[in-house]
Amino acid sequence: MTPAGMDGLVVDAEVRRGEFTLAVRLTAVPGQVVGVLGPNGAGKSTLLSAVAGLTPVSAGRITLAGQAMDDADAGTFVEAAGRPVGFVFQNYRLFPHLTVAENVAFSPRARGMGRRAATAAAHHWLDRLGLTDLAGRKPDQLSGGQAQRVALARALAGQPALLLLDEPLSALDAGTRLDVQAELRKHLADFAGPCLLVTHDPLEALVLAHQLIVLEAGRIVQQGTPGQIARQPATAYVAKLVGLNLYTGRADGSRVALTGGGAFVVPDQGLHGDVLVAVRPSAVVVSSQFPQPSSARNTWPAKVTGLTMLADRVRIDLEGQPSALVDVTPTAVAELSLSPGSQVWLTVKATELEVYPRTDGQPA
Amino acid sequence: MVTRTAPSRLTARERARRSGRTGAPRSVPAPLLVPALIAVAFLFLPLAGLLIRAPWGHMGAALSGSDATQALVLSLWTASVTTGVSLVIGVPLAWVLARTRFPGQRLLRALVTLPLVLPPVVGGVALLLAFSRVGFVGRYLDDWFGLTIPFTPLAVIMAETFVAMPFLIITVEGALRSADQGYEEAAATLGAKRMTVFRRITLPLIAPSLGAGAVLCWARALGEFGATITFAGSFPGQTETMPIAVYYALETDPNAAIALSLVLLLVSVVVLVSLRDRWLRGGTVS
Repeated sequence: MTPAGMDGLVVDAEVRRGEFTLAVRLTAVPGQVVGVLGPNGAGKSTLLSAVAGLTPVSAGRITLAGQAMDDADAGTFVEAAGRPVGFVFQNYRLFPHLTVAENVAFSPRARGMGRRAATAAAHHWLDRLGLTDLAGRKPDQLSGGQAQRVALARALAGQPALLLLDEPLSALDAGTRLDVQAELRKHLADFAGPCLLVTHDPLEALVLAHQLIVLEAGRIVQQGTPGQIARQPATAYVAKLVGLNLYTGRADGSRVALTGGGAFVVPDQGLHGDVLVAVRPSAVVVSSQFPQPSSARNTWPAKVTGLTMLADRVRIDLEGQPSALVDVTPTAVAELSLSPGSQVWLTVKATELEVYPRTDGQPA
Repeated sequence: MVTRTAPSRLTARERARRSGRTGAPRSVPAPLLVPALIAVAFLFLPLAGLLIRAPWGHMGAALSGSDATQALVLSLWTASVTTGVSLVIGVPLAWVLARTRFPGQRLLRALVTLPLVLPPVVGGVALLLAFSRVGFVGRYLDDWFGLTIPFTPLAVIMAETFVAMPFLIITVEGALRSADQGYEEAAATLGAKRMTVFRRITLPLIAPSLGAGAVLCWARALGEFGATITFAGSFPGQTETMPIAVYYALETDPNAAIALSLVLLLVSVVVLVSLRDRWLRGGTVS
């Protein structure tokens, strides 16, 4: 265990909920935001719930700042109310019968402060988050962005040693999300303890987190920095999130035989055995005829199966060996007269292919 | 062969009604309409009779000429104490039923709801068997504390609580079950112990149902007759509540009985109005 892990959060536990089992090992050091990314039902919320003490672990332990919060073997368990944890829930869960100020004062009060001291503490946090003008409002009189800030203020007012955020921006409309996200980033930077941030929005994870953990079906399938994960996705889910084509195959020097048929010529990194190959959709060239000889080392036929208009480009679904998603301009679609069923040739330079060994979810 | 109906007339107003959001047509098929009207008549004619036969001119005399005031006062305070007792012991029981799991819980819930369907006079008999001077509990109360319950105002309150408290319990239990427990979880993560969560979050959130359950309990206690007369008897000023006074006045002084009934009717209307948001809207009761 690293010294940093000692005063941060260490989870090495299994949580069972009916048929579902979550098994994770992770550490978050103070000042670090760990993004937990994964599809619905992957166990993201269960993880937060266990760390907060709302669900006991069925095996293993959770340690915060060197103190056991939950230890299935030793039989120790600190109730949620006794954990120094601030939790920002997905729909905020602001108490509807209390004003904003009373919501924020709730934790100081519950943790034993007197009424006046708690009110003073609440106003300190309202001030820090720019909520002073809203102090007297009820939660149903707040906009989504305001409610998000109140929820954060309420969680921080209890002076937690650890912050948990469950999809903090998902309840917001697209218009306000970016502003609130920038603000949240600022407040998270001010927070001294470790922070777990659950999201299914890859952009949110990339912007807000220092470290990412990808959960699928209760298992960590990948962890690393946002950059590593965006460049070298370990699973189809992650590849789709970050918008890459991902192939599995067996490498033999500069040649990779793909699992689903087909092969790529890749830069020779001396890799042998199971690998993953990631390709950006914009790196693939579409031609209506067999292309002229060029420096591109990979050329294969494919059939158009679908076209989707994105903001400024068209994403083409192509079936072949291998299948691929390719981004081209609308002009290109018109000039090549592409439509579902069109036969085309795809070309990609070997240097555009990111090849890396396949791991089984352990840190890259 | 396909039967066809001739087109019927549809006025512009009816068209607007049917295309509106509620979209319910005004016309009712005769096989439904006739029984419905009979039901309406059956429910309202007796009340109309009460209003028609009321001694409007000398209402004051009719009321003061009997033990009416005494009975009314007794009814009001015993029903209020009953409601208070039910809140103090019934709400915790509702919480236990809604929020915990233990063996025999279903049986307990059945027992709690039993007084709702049990004839009140049976309740009275049961109370008598338990708490009379020779009852299996009352015997010791009498021996150890010199406490005799039957035929006292305390017996009135016990009879009313036995019959009325389940109304409060099931109302509050339902509210607790449907309440969003996310708020309670949030309160726990904010450092609130379980009693703090109950006091500062759970109770305020179910306040509307708590109020409705209390009003319902109070109204049921006010109208209690069978269990009360069996267990507490009918001593004027001691245990003769309004319904019992009405029953006896009907033999001796019908005008007083009608006047007393009108007072109870008025109280019921006030109760109904206070519950209107929950009951008179139609549709679901939350």
